Amino acid sequence: MTSISQVASQDSALPKVRVDMLPLLLVPVLALLMLPLVGSFPTWVTLTVAGLAMGMMVFMMASGLTLIFGLMDVLNFGHGAFVSVGAFTATLVLLPMKSWVEAESVWMNLSVVGLAILLAMLVTGLLGWAFERIIIRPVYGLHLKQILITMGGMIVAEQLIHVIWGAEQIPLQLPATFRGAFIFGDAALEKYRLIAVGVGLTVFISMFLVLNRTKVGLLIRAGVENGEMVEALGYRIRRLFVGVFVAGSALAGLGGVMWGLYKETLTAAIGGEITVLVFIVIIVGGLGSVGGCFIGAMLVALVANYAGFLAPKVALVSDILVMVTVLLWRPQGLYPVAKR
Amino acid sequence: MIRTLLSRDLPRSRPLSAMLLVVLLGLMLAPFLVSGARSLNVAATICVFVVLVASYDLLLGYTGIVSFAHTMFYGIGAYGVGLALHGMGPSWWAVFVGTAGALSLSLVLALVIGLFSLRVRAIFYAMITLAVASAFSVVASQMSDFTGGEDGRTFKVPEILQPSFRLFDAEILGRVVDGKLITYYLVFFSALALFLFMLRIVNSPFGRVLQAIRENDFRAEALGYRTVIYRTLANCLGALIATLAGVLMALWLRYVGPKTMLSFEVMTDILLIVVIGGMGTIYGAVIGSALFILAQNYLQVLMAQASAAMSGIPFLANLFHPDRWLLWLGVLFVLSVYFFPTGIVGRLRIKALLRGRP
Repeated sequence: MTSISQVASQDSALPKVRVDMLPLLLVPVLALLMLPLVGSFPTWVTLTVAGLAMGMMVFMMASGLTLIFGLMDVLNFGHGAFVSVGAFTATLVLLPMKSWVEAESVWMNLSVVGLAILLAMLVTGLLGWAFERIIIRPVYGLHLKQILITMGGMIVAEQLIHVIWGAEQIPLQLPATFRGAFIFGDAALEKYRLIAVGVGLTVFISMFLVLNRTKVGLLIRAGVENGEMVEALGYRIRRLFVGVFVAGSALAGLGGVMWGLYKETLTAAIGGEITVLVFIVIIVGGLGSVGGCFIGAMLVALVANYAGFLAPKVALVSDILVMVTVLLWRPQGLYPVAKR
Repeated sequence: MIRTLLSRDLPRSRPLSAMLLVVLLGLMLAPFLVSGARSLNVAATICVFVVLVASYDLLLGYTGIVSFAHTMFYGIGAYGVGLALHGMGPSWWAVFVGTAGALSLSLVLALVIGLFSLRVRAIFYAMITLAVASAFSVVASQMSDFTGGEDGRTFKVPEILQPSFRLFDAEILGRVVDGKLITYYLVFFSALALFLFMLRIVNSPFGRVLQAIRENDFRAEALGYRTVIYRTLANCLGALIATLAGVLMALWLRYVGPKTMLSFEVMTDILLIVVIGGMGTIYGAVIGSALFILAQNYLQVLMAQASAAMSGIPFLANLFHPDRWLLWLGVLFVLSVYFFPTGIVGRLRIKALLRGRP
């Protein structure tokens, strides 16, 4: 009798969730290790901020992709198209409202960029909805066809951008007050990179809160673990699918705007080029894991920046090296998602 | 004899046989049928792409692996021969060294990538190959001292293949037998041999196992076939043949460069050809390549006319701009993945089957 009641009392309290801390330490440890190698503190600060900024932008583009994969087991090879479309949509606001962009007022700059981001997210969100409906819905569960079809969608989208915006690359100006750098002692921090870090952190924190503190987030996480069970409990997982796909596409659009402003010139291939980096990041993070994706993005971007400074030749393949090292340590990525 | 040559895998459809025959005769007699360097270049490109696409079909259509590193192997072959000829001077020995070096590099890379990522799922492999291939192309264009960077390298081929070489003084059927002609036939017959070799492979017991893996890898494993090993073997085989295709292309063009050999556009071309021609049929590579390369070279002229005719209408004129031909092929690609996943060849075969006569 006593043993049974013991078991019962143990069951009544949920077991504590074990938090895997090791990957969390990777980024700070890497940054600290690089300090003596880089040599000078100001340079190190500049490099680290640059790396973080790039990581944040990559995270914005990758987070949607990894969530879509986790929830629906669909890997969208055309995700880069949303990045391109987002960046090009931003030109619809930024080019006509040139006077606001060039004005020396923070508020005017912020509102014009905000407007551009809003429009870009709206357009890419809608496009994502259409993409899910037309391109992806018929091929759920068929991996081979998914890869082919999303690749085809990417080609068509890239060509359509050429049709609509022309084949020449479009120069994109950073707003006046975003240019230049803050100087702290000897360290120069580019303003736009700080803004990118801010936006990226906001996205990450709000995503974290939505996933962990709301009912929708709970359902999404449950869907990643076991979709059939969520359906059996009476929730329409299809609607979740569509919602996540739209949100993920909109995030890619946001990332596209930020990335486009960072690069300051736009070509239709901008999305295709970044796709490779995005894939590496989500493989490093563990397919389907948002937290892993965040750490992966930071890791890849920081290593790329440090390598670019310390050994420029190595920087060309640093992404691959990071990926191989992580996979040798954890073959499923930093945070493996249980079911896969 | 034809049955043995084709490994008992006949076209099994009359229109298909007719089309294949037209392509074969067209390519075989191309130097005598058409004049001008451009048309001969089209014919040679078709030959090389038949091999390249068929070797990709070995992976995609027969084994069910999606790889984005196929251009990498193609590029390795081209660069291997190109750099060897550039560095060692025009001799057959350099061709041999370049080919052997390229083949061994391809083999090692394919083996490493395969063993590393083929045990996981198809999607994983696709992503890893994409990453590796793009890194490789960046490295190749950055090592400009060695590879010539973005400009690539031009080089001299062995004397007998040079355009100025004359085998006979007299003309044969109104055509001077020069080095270009000899090179063309070298490319043509090598492509033909490689094509028949691949046809042999997919119709061997080994090929059957690959198809079993494509259909149901769990079941194939349960029947006692080590799927990892078969997949890796298919991957290596595809890589080696792609390397040879690259060698042929380099010999033909007498030039290697990242744009023509390593860029992602070549990869999308291969994908489009495989799917439109017909996945899982080696013949699809022939039909697909012929149609695609012809379209690439001549459709654009038509589109330019259409675009000029619509120059008053701003959006439509852009839509038919000759540079936008990939848009239409992309649409065709998406439609064919949905509606006829077996491509042109599969379609024709089904038709023949329904009519009840081979």
